[in-house]
Amino acid sequence: MLHFAYLIPLLPLAGFALLSLAGKRIGNPVAGWIATLVVAAAFAMSVVVLVSLFAHAPEQRLFTQHWFTWFRVDRLSVDVGLRIDPLSVTMALFVTGVSALIHLYSIGYMEHDEDFAKFFCYLNLFVFSMLMLVLSSNLLVTFFGWEGVGVCSYLLIAFWFHRPSAASAGKKAMIYNRIGDAGFLVALFLIFERTGSLDYSTVFARLGRISPTDLVAIALLLFLGAVGKSAQIPLFPWLADAMEGPTPVSALIHAATMVTAGVYLMCRINPILHAAPDAAHVVAWVGVVTAFVAATIGCAQTDIKKVLAYSTVSQLGYMFLAAGTGAYVAAIFLMLAHAFYKALLFLSAGSVVHAMDGEQDLKRMGALRAFMPVTAVTFFVGWLSIAGVPPFSGFWAKSDVLENAWAVSPALWAIGAVTAVLTAYYMGREFFLVFMGDPRWQGARPGGEEPRDPGWVMRVPLIVLAACSFLGLFIDLPFHPTWTFLERWLQPVVGASLAVHHYGLAELWGFGLADVAFAVLGIAMAAAVWRAAVNRPRLEPRFLFMAWFIDWSYGRFVARPGALVSSFASSVVEARVIDGAVEGAARLVRGGGERLRRVQTGYVRTYAAVFVGGIVILVAYLVTRAGS
Amino acid sequence: MTIDGSWYLALAAVLFTIGAVGVLVRRNVLVMFMCIELMLNAANLTFVTFSRELNDIGGQVAVFFVLVVAAAEVVVGLGIIVAIYRHRVGATADDPHELRG
Amino acid sequence: MTPFAALAPAGLAIPHIDYTALLPELILLGGVLVLIGVSAMTPRRLPTGVYATMTVAIAAAALVASLRLWRDVQNHGAFTTVAHSVDVDGFAVYFLVLVSCILIVAAIIGSGYLRREGIAGCEYYALALISGSGAMLMASANDLIFIFLALEVLSIPLYVMAGFDRRRPTSQEAAIKYFVLGAFSSAVFVYGIALVYGATGSTNLPEIGAFLAHNVITANGVLLAGIALLIVGFSFKVAAVPFHMWTPDVYQGAPTPVTGFMAALAKAGGFAAFLRVFVATFPTLRGDWQPVIWALAALTLVGGAIVALAQRDVKRMLAYSSINHAGFVLIGLQAVTTKGVAASAYYLFAYAFMVLGSFAVVGVVGAKGDRRHDLEAYRGLAARNPVLATVFSVLLLAQAGVPFTTGFFAKFYVIAASVGAHSYALAVVAMASAAIAVFFYLRVVLLMYSTQPADPGDEATTPGPAGGGVATLVRIPVGRLVVQPSIALGLAVSVGVTVVFGVWPQPLIDFTRAATFIFH
Repeated sequence: MLHFAYLIPLLPLAGFALLSLAGKRIGNPVAGWIATLVVAAAFAMSVVVLVSLFAHAPEQRLFTQHWFTWFRVDRLSVDVGLRIDPLSVTMALFVTGVSALIHLYSIGYMEHDEDFAKFFCYLNLFVFSMLMLVLSSNLLVTFFGWEGVGVCSYLLIAFWFHRPSAASAGKKAMIYNRIGDAGFLVALFLIFERTGSLDYSTVFARLGRISPTDLVAIALLLFLGAVGKSAQIPLFPWLADAMEGPTPVSALIHAATMVTAGVYLMCRINPILHAAPDAAHVVAWVGVVTAFVAATIGCAQTDIKKVLAYSTVSQLGYMFLAAGTGAYVAAIFLMLAHAFYKALLFLSAGSVVHAMDGEQDLKRMGALRAFMPVTAVTFFVGWLSIAGVPPFSGFWAKSDVLENAWAVSPALWAIGAVTAVLTAYYMGREFFLVFMGDPRWQGARPGGEEPRDPGWVMRVPLIVLAACSFLGLFIDLPFHPTWTFLERWLQPVVGASLAVHHYGLAELWGFGLADVAFAVLGIAMAAAVWRAAVNRPRLEPRFLFMAWFIDWSYGRFVARPGALVSSFASSVVEARVIDGAVEGAARLVRGGGERLRRVQTGYVRTYAAVFVGGIVILVAYLVTRAGS
Repeated sequence: MTIDGSWYLALAAVLFTIGAVGVLVRRNVLVMFMCIELMLNAANLTFVTFSRELNDIGGQVAVFFVLVVAAAEVVVGLGIIVAIYRHRVGATADDPHELRG
Repeated sequence: MTPFAALAPAGLAIPHIDYTALLPELILLGGVLVLIGVSAMTPRRLPTGVYATMTVAIAAAALVASLRLWRDVQNHGAFTTVAHSVDVDGFAVYFLVLVSCILIVAAIIGSGYLRREGIAGCEYYALALISGSGAMLMASANDLIFIFLALEVLSIPLYVMAGFDRRRPTSQEAAIKYFVLGAFSSAVFVYGIALVYGATGSTNLPEIGAFLAHNVITANGVLLAGIALLIVGFSFKVAAVPFHMWTPDVYQGAPTPVTGFMAALAKAGGFAAFLRVFVATFPTLRGDWQPVIWALAALTLVGGAIVALAQRDVKRMLAYSSINHAGFVLIGLQAVTTKGVAASAYYLFAYAFMVLGSFAVVGVVGAKGDRRHDLEAYRGLAARNPVLATVFSVLLLAQAGVPFTTGFFAKFYVIAASVGAHSYALAVVAMASAAIAVFFYLRVVLLMYSTQPADPGDEATTPGPAGGGVATLVRIPVGRLVVQPSIALGLAVSVGVTVVFGVWPQPLIDFTRAATFIFH
């Protein structure tokens, strides 16, 4: 059955092709159902592949499927094909699963949108690109998937492009991602230069040919790509702006799947990271600092989606912390758990926004628990899960990350622990402001209907995701070696690089209790502060609201000087300075009475002068080298 | 009496430089163009000198090609100059400067 | 028996000329005579479409002849003719094919423009064909004097074409600037040839190469000065910083289809000779000139991208973007490897179609009179003509190097070549400049899809001298934009090549590889 794996990416591609050709004619809602079904079918295929993979011995669970050679230049031959191994199948499974649910939800969410079919067309293209990213057997094809999800992200953020903020948010996402992509691409060139291949298996087999410094450079350049895609410091501001897109997009692309591509990349290249421990340290530290900074920012946001956006940045930081400390299984575990509960939180938030006619300000919500009971419960489950309350999946995943961090450096663990408290706190704040307290929206909705839970199309994904957030705990349990399903499953992929720490039972209990204590502390703080109050300016300082002024300073210290340099080069250097110099020289030459004449600026001569300047420098340089 | 070849080369270099400076400082397009002709002829003088030094006819043949090209440039150049200055009083290269930025 | 044998005095050998090897050039020049003859002998002025059709036929014939030549070269190997001053090898024939394609697309696009502007006559087409033959000769030239002649055949028609729109003063200004500076750079170039001749005793490229390979010149000041002047001459033609100053003015002032044609053709011809002279003839001196090319490439990449950011005129912005592209092609030259040459050749092919298409769109948006090139003219273009906006987006994104376009492969290929030659710093500069370039391409794309009225605080929308306070809104063009069928055809070809070879690059890669096997 394994050779059917090619259907996994091709089904969404077929959906994209169909909808892009005939989407308008198929119309609403059939186009949505078609899109959902192809992704669900891809999910079913992933399950089939997973089961077939189980039939093989663990060390034989690696299959490559060669489709065609895309192009060949000298030694570089780029083969398009699939790499089926436990890691890629896990990714395919969760990408298609979460996508199918979010597609279903979108049928309800987008039902009144004019560009209904176009939306699903883009979503299918996104799923295809994401699947190529995770399943490809070649780094360059992964890069293409990487670019593809970036373009889809751009198209979907700017989906409501008639809103200028949406258009500029799309542009911002594109530009931040391009910075990261440049790093990725340079890394590819370096890898190819050193190993003569871009095929994962070949590259990993030839790592010995790369010098240690180059390995660090390659790992850091790839990490730069991951930083852009996964919104880590310093390239994170785009993710908050990306919330301009429709909420299902935020849930799918900017929480569950695309932004985790960076983490996937770090796990995929684990042999490289393992061979470059210095780079791994950088990954861990960037991750943990991002986790902390984003969590503090999340404490002061007033937009229901922006809290979740910064929370995503923070959780991704945790995943990089895990990858950087060699705990790849923990990283994947957290990625899966996070995909469930963050998609759940986003979709619940989307239901709230939908029910409130587009209102996103936390301060104008409140008491929705009584009006939207299902949404309240699902959001509650998501909150407990992300906060790390046992037995929800978030607890197990986060504990796993923190234990591994402790083994590498207690400082990493300490920052992670503070972040855990903050996480429970800011999500509690959001929960209390939205669902508890007094309704603060009645005055603002003259004659409007009361907010209600959404219809079943949107409700089913919420319930399924809530169940997954809970059941996720069974993916990987630390109590007994035979219960660490995920670890044993991923062993063939990450085994050689995995950091293994043996803790005694007492230590495990100690970590577990500490984690519970962090969660309870955060929740208690949130309850104490936000159960009754709405405005607490001292707890929402402007510094945090403005996201540490990082985005602002980029505008101030990078974009504006950049524009100034550009216009300076254009209007002053290209025109005036050179003109002035030429005029001066010309006056000297002409001398006498000519000097008194009012001199016109001569542009042709200006250009000729630059020309001559270039000649003089060039000839001088080359002639000084003469005779040597 | 023979004069050492390097003197011719030096003369050519000086002519070339005078031509280049002329293009820079003169504003009349026709004069600028004459300066360019001067530069071309400096190149020709260099060709002929090297041709004599190397005892190779090729350099002298090159001169003819350069002369032909110079003539072609004059034809086209004057055409453009006439077209552009038909409605203007002077013929300075500075008058047209709408394109900049 | 050559026709001139009777004229030859005893003892003077007339070189053998293989006319089949020169067939593409001869077809173009013969075609020029036919065009002029037809135009002179018809009493009434023929519609421009007739000349366009004839030009396309002539260029297509040249394309067929080039492809035949390609087959011969692949089967029987490269050869030289006209006393070794014309080299017919894969590299030359590659550019013969490219130039033929450029001529076809430029004739199709130009006819739409000429009809809209009401310019009759065969001059545009005749000049384009002459210029094209010059570009072909540059690619096959094997002698410095021959390169100089070809350069002039390429350039002189372009000077005239730049000033083609006699009703618009900026067009004439472009012509005079291009002409004065072009003649100036030619003079510098010839002087460079003279110095190289003096130092090596020949103007023939293989002879120079052999001389340099077998002799070590101790006092090579004259030679290096000559090489420096040759670099200057080529850099002017391909618009490399700091010899680029003419480019924005000329590109902005010239009639828009001419700009596209000039950008595609002059770069192809200029770089073809640049690559041949430096990679095939002066490789022994690479230690001396490679750092110079490195610096030129870096300056060109960064300068082009940064200054483009500040432009409010789309034609001018594309002019700086073409400077940025020249920087990328220089990277391939700087590598001094077969792969680098192949990468540059690929880049020129991709660039030719992107730039022809882009300027065709600019010509359409420029409307009758060819004056609306401000960024504001692009606001809301998607509403006025969605297909045109999509096409322009594809072409701009291709220029930015987005995957699945030839633009991506072109950039990928040159950067791979530079990494292969261990020029890591230059690769990083190139990536940085590509990242900067995304800004100004995206700005146009976003503007086309924007439906917002202009921001009153925006500098570009301050009312012009004729406008009052309400001019901000009035200036945004409205109404459906009609694209003439011929321009639509030209755009379809440009976008088709850009996307098809972006998705399926192997044929073009093989073509460049087969074209450049002579370089080692």
